[in-house]
Amino acid sequence: MTLIIDAMNRKLMRDLWNIKGQMLAIVMVMACGIATFIMSFGVIDSLKLSRDIYYDRYQFADVFAQLKRAPRAIRQQVMDIPGVSAVEMRVVFGVTIQVEGMTEPASGKLISLPDGRKPLLNNLYLRSGRMLRPDEDGAILSSEAFANAHGFALGDRVSMIINGHKRALKIVGIVLSPEYVYSLGPGAIFPDDKRFGIFWMSQRVLEAAVDMDGAFNDISVRMDRGANVEDIKQDLDIILKPYGGLIAYARNEQMSNWFVQNEMNQLRVMGLFAPMIFLGVAAFLINVVMTRQVATQREQIGMLKAVGYSNRELALHYLKMVLLVVVLGSILGVGAGIWLGAGMTNMYTQFFHFPILKFSFSPEVMIFAVLFCTLSAIAGTLIAIRQAAKLPPAEAMRPETPTHFHRTFLERTGLEQFFSHLSRIVIRHVERRPFRTLFSTLGVGLSMSILVFAFFMEDSIDFLLKVQFDMAQREDINLSFVTPRAITALEEIRLMPGVMKVEPVRSVAAFLKSGHYAKRSSITGLRPAPDLHRILTKKLRAAPIPAQGLALSSKLAEILHVKKGDMLTVEVLEERRPVLHIRVAEIVEEFIGLSAFMDMDQLNRHLNEGTVITGAAVMVDPLWNGPLYQKIKNIPAIIGMTILEKSRQIFRDVMGENLMKMVTMNIIFASLISFGVIYNTARIALSERGRELATLRVLGLTKGEVAYILFGEMTVIILLAIPVGLFIGYMMVLGMARSLDTELFRIPVVIETSTYGMSVIIVVVSSILSFYLVWRQVDNIDLVSAQKGVE
Amino acid sequence: MKAKNITFRTEALTKDYVTGATVAHALRGVTLEIPRGDMVVLLGPSGSGKSTFLNIIGGLDSPTSGEVYFNEDRLSDYTEKQLTLFRRHNVGFVFQAYNLVPSLTAFENVALVTDISLDPMPPAEALTAVGLGGRARHFPSQLSGGEQQRVAIARAIAKRPEVMLCDEPTGALDSETGIVVLKALQKVNKKFGTTTIIITHNAAIAAMADRVIHFGDGRVVDVTVNDHPASPEEISW
Ligand SMILES: Nc1ncnc2c1ncn2[C@@H]1O[C@H](COP(=O)(O)OP(=O)(O)OP(=O)(O)O)[C@@H](O)[C@H]1O
Ligand SMILES: [Mg+2]
Repeated sequence: MTLIIDAMNRKLMRDLWNIKGQMLAIVMVMACGIATFIMSFGVIDSLKLSRDIYYDRYQFADVFAQLKRAPRAIRQQVMDIPGVSAVEMRVVFGVTIQVEGMTEPASGKLISLPDGRKPLLNNLYLRSGRMLRPDEDGAILSSEAFANAHGFALGDRVSMIINGHKRALKIVGIVLSPEYVYSLGPGAIFPDDKRFGIFWMSQRVLEAAVDMDGAFNDISVRMDRGANVEDIKQDLDIILKPYGGLIAYARNEQMSNWFVQNEMNQLRVMGLFAPMIFLGVAAFLINVVMTRQVATQREQIGMLKAVGYSNRELALHYLKMVLLVVVLGSILGVGAGIWLGAGMTNMYTQFFHFPILKFSFSPEVMIFAVLFCTLSAIAGTLIAIRQAAKLPPAEAMRPETPTHFHRTFLERTGLEQFFSHLSRIVIRHVERRPFRTLFSTLGVGLSMSILVFAFFMEDSIDFLLKVQFDMAQREDINLSFVTPRAITALEEIRLMPGVMKVEPVRSVAAFLKSGHYAKRSSITGLRPAPDLHRILTKKLRAAPIPAQGLALSSKLAEILHVKKGDMLTVEVLEERRPVLHIRVAEIVEEFIGLSAFMDMDQLNRHLNEGTVITGAAVMVDPLWNGPLYQKIKNIPAIIGMTILEKSRQIFRDVMGENLMKMVTMNIIFASLISFGVIYNTARIALSERGRELATLRVLGLTKGEVAYILFGEMTVIILLAIPVGLFIGYMMVLGMARSLDTELFRIPVVIETSTYGMSVIIVVVSSILSFYLVWRQVDNIDLVSAQKGVE
Repeated sequence: MKAKNITFRTEALTKDYVTGATVAHALRGVTLEIPRGDMVVLLGPSGSGKSTFLNIIGGLDSPTSGEVYFNEDRLSDYTEKQLTLFRRHNVGFVFQAYNLVPSLTAFENVALVTDISLDPMPPAEALTAVGLGGRARHFPSQLSGGEQQRVAIARAIAKRPEVMLCDEPTGALDSETGIVVLKALQKVNKKFGTTTIIITHNAAIAAMADRVIHFGDGRVVDVTVNDHPASPEEISW
């Protein structure tokens, strides 16, 4: 008995060795599936874990509100709101920062820290240095990102203009805050740690510097578990209203948290798409290979059954083969997943500032991925074994009768005369096994669709940038003022060095409501036909600003469930906080953010103010950048300056580069898979028809002619797979665009011809490579084998 | 002058199969001449090297040492391409396994070869020669074993080869069918003067041969020349 078991195991090893190429291809595909899976879910888990621990340990607040100015005495009122367990009141003040050696100005936020005690909420993580001493003057804590971006060390001084006074403040500590995991400067679209920093200062010192003694303008609240956040927000709004309170918001609207959440949602979508497809293709492949492998062993199975092996023992025998593949694939996949996940987590630290962000993954993720692979492999094998095992041994032992072929459409349509005998062999084989052909076509098609998907990601980024910067925001710099200013400020800007064109911007924070749908946003007032800061129609043409009513971005309109012509309630979050009713005049296209646009004069009229502006879009002669920046730096009234070229560059360098890494990885994986599928299909064809091909060689056909039969079938499959793959790829892109349609940004479904082209090229190159590898086997076909009865 | 009448000539042909540490001496020095137009039967116990010999002279395998001459051309001098052409134009193979292309009809199986031959007979004629004129449009799965074997013979003769090499062509057939197949081979041999070499285990078949070569343990043990070959019907199985 042991001898036979031994013999069986030896047979197993030899069988495996014979199909090592195919097995390796499957191991590869499986590893790709497991790796993406572990990577994506691991990164999500890691982010979630870091975030949750961070928020919890450092008392990230639950509800936030900004206001104009209120006395600290109202604290008790807020504490009395049912469900509120802690309150922290702060002074938060925008500053302009001047960094030596940097021509353009940077901006920042200065936040008060209570003297002599730890903050109750939004506590700081001290990376290095020390916390502030009570009433310590001339000292600040700096956000780590800003300090790192500029190479600031402890003891270095930062010059900033606080309330019109320039001060040089010493960095005594480098910190991180749960409120600023992701930080975005005023008017910026992407984080720019070089041009936007967060700083903390003694409360009493800051109060004195900005004339806020005994007052605050920013409040955070922690609520009891189970308290109703909407009620608290409402109560807080009522209390703060007399003090110029803007509408209170919860964590889900807090900017940093919102971005983190959005990123995680995106990751979840992407993390499901690719791995599922990869695993699906792997399962399909192993099924095909195992079916084939078992089919070639039909006679052996009959013999083994005849000498007394049970179906179960036979099934176990073949399952061992599969398990070896699964184990190898799992080890490789888990290893690659950890490696890639660590790399990707590391790249997140570039724009998500957590005290600790380390890659980790829960065992469930790994178990699921491995189990999914294993089960799909086993299922594939069992199906194949069942087919062989259900034959009575005597029948299984008989050599297979020639596969039945019948006349095909070729003969029926009389087209056969146009085909050589070799072509007829090819066509009949394709027709003879429609399911095999279908599955092979699907396999190649699916792998191709991942390619389309991966290249599309690249296209969409380019397109997004083009629309955002070349079509919508065509200004070079975007200035924002501390407080609204008279239109005459525009003339001052026009006179600055290098300024070629200026357009006014009047922006106001507002709460938009329609029925029970509401969204906090802002309304941007523009001149009727802006040339720099433009709005775009659905067809991405520049549109004039409607003379009456609002132009809403399509996503905002969707959130508010309104269409052209509907009325909106607009609660202006500024000054007297008027409530307006404005008609939606136009729906415009916008891929980043949620905006509403309006004619500037009309907006000012609604607000009952004179012609005031809050910022300007400026076109600059690049030769004058230096002097212009220098000038702007020294104007305290200008709080924010976004250099669009820099934004674009940052986007490219950080997000673009990271995205490219992922895209590259997807492309590599998709290429591996398409190669795996094609190579396997060709190898199987070769082993199935080995004897037929050897016979043809004996009959005097050349290797080329024999290869033609083999590759002809593959070529037909690949040609069929190309449109299928392009179509599935397109559907996947649609699916992803739909599920990634967030408030943060939308992905336009724009697939470049080159995306299709590259996908086709990769599939064709994979095919040629597979053909070459299989060709080398054709080269070695053993002619003598033709005359032997069985392979 | 003499050379002209010799199709195959071998000189001290040996073939060793090395499997791990053991060496199987399939041929241990075979020197033979096969005259043109002869019907030759190879007899011998299992494992005596008959198939090995046939494969080597047919260009499917190469010897370990010794030489094979086909019409005084040394096969070992042939390039891969010349070997392919040799098989394509000069040799017709028939094996115990029929080896038809399952996806082609009987007619197309023959035509597959005639398409690439220099001076073939029409496929229909080849099929008629083996008594299968009426089965031209059948696929292999629609033919009996004997019929499949005859299609294989038709495929081999259709190119008008100089030699037919048959390795146990009747091995899988009953005696009646076997006779039909042998008759087909003999007919071709007589009609076209094709040098025909048949391996068989059935000594009775030797009666229809011009020449019987006995193999034993990788060597030629005996060569008998038969002056009055019998017709297949006269053979008792
Ligand atoms: N590929 C091979 N590897 C190793 N040994 C081989 C191989 N092919 C044949 N042999 C050995 O060479 C010897 C001759 O084999 P061959 O097939 O020529 O015999 P045969 O006379 O045709 O026998 P049979 O009548 O059984 O067909 C045998 O001992 C066989 O074991
Ligand atoms: Mg033999």
